[in-house]
Amino acid sequence: MRVLTAIIAIAVGILILLGYFLPQAAVVQVVLLDWAIVLAGTAALIGVFNLVAVHAEKIRRKEKNGVYSAILIIGLFASFLFGLVLKPQSDFMQFVVLEGVIIPVEASLMALLAVSLLYAAVRLLRRRADVMSVFFVLAASLIFLGSVTLPFGDIPLIGTLIRPWVSQILALGGARGILIGVALGALTTGLRVLFGVDRPYGGR
Amino acid sequence: MIAPAMLVAAVFLLGVITLWKRRSPGYLREIPAFVRLARAVGLSIEDGKRLHVSLGHGGLFEARGGPALAGLALLRNIAERTSVSDMPSVATAGDSTLGLLTQDTLQAGYQAAGVGEAYVHTMGRISGLTPFSYAAGAMHVAHNENVSTNILLGHFGPEAGLLAESSERAKATLIGATDDLAGQSVLFASAQDALIGEELFAAGAYLDARPAHLASLTVQDIFRWTIILALIGGSAAKFIGVF
Repeated sequence: MRVLTAIIAIAVGILILLGYFLPQAAVVQVVLLDWAIVLAGTAALIGVFNLVAVHAEKIRRKEKNGVYSAILIIGLFASFLFGLVLKPQSDFMQFVVLEGVIIPVEASLMALLAVSLLYAAVRLLRRRADVMSVFFVLAASLIFLGSVTLPFGDIPLIGTLIRPWVSQILALGGARGILIGVALGALTTGLRVLFGVDRPYGGR
Repeated sequence: MIAPAMLVAAVFLLGVITLWKRRSPGYLREIPAFVRLARAVGLSIEDGKRLHVSLGHGGLFEARGGPALAGLALLRNIAERTSVSDMPSVATAGDSTLGLLTQDTLQAGYQAAGVGEAYVHTMGRISGLTPFSYAAGAMHVAHNENVSTNILLGHFGPEAGLLAESSERAKATLIGATDDLAGQSVLFASAQDALIGEELFAAGAYLDARPAHLASLTVQDIFRWTIILALIGGSAAKFIGVF
């Protein structure tokens, strides 16, 4: 069974890869990707069952903070029922569920993130006082000072000269270097999976 | 033309260097995050605490799937090593297909350790399908499930900061790596040890130095130097007016 799954996965992977370079293989590629999208939809359904199973178990065991698990399951089933009865495009779903709950909750998390990041930046030099950390804090401070809106306009030199130079020359060059490294890493990792060296499927 | 040529060259080099690495494994430079990670795996078993592996929300049908595959390779290794612990490792994913592979990978790790019957399907979880809902679900695990070390390896944006904050509150160690630039800067500021750039893809080689993993690092180095030389050569050629 393991060998069979590996053969299927490698064959499908090679066909999809060939679809990017050979027009003849592109037709097969589209069909295989359509099948994969159907499987991904089924996987989402399994994911929901998994989520319910995990949190139901927490409630059953009366674990610490299990009340949040109960809220999650109630919210999940309420959204599902309302969506089924009223349809997802209805005003209730749009204004109450989406704009009344989901968007404000995500916005709150974003606000919390801003505070967390500020706190992390303050603690960075205390936790790891090395050259890289000093450069990191220095660059972040320069960009921040150069971008901040003040009543009298940009801070001389920093806003007009240093910030554009740091962000457009130093940071952009560094970012491109990092992205090239990430792309090369993704290439070799993908090839390992494609040829069955790493097999995150099909059991042992 | 360049893309297929690079691909063919990568396949050829990967094959040849894998064969070469079987004879002489070579040397890996020390990366503090991997030293800490190896120590954390051992300590978690001794302390009776668990590891939490977060694989991010990169879908396998898009370019962000690469880091998730690297995370799965790491998860396989960790699952095998910690399967005998009283507090088994848990893994969270923010994508449905990645969630399925997470469960399959954990199960494979347990089977490889000879304790396949100890695997429970709730060890691999999908904690949310959007970046923030995923982070909120993973924060809950990091804070409430007796976690000693949180390992973030996959595609994370700035929401990684929320996981870092949760880990800090639970006094747990955080090791993080992502392919996203914003996520990398957040993790650099928040994590005890952050992996930068392609170091994310070296996890397999550092924890389980198999020839193919070592070869993939060498192939990356060869391509990196080729690109560097091409950039310098191109700049020099333009400077002297060749094109």
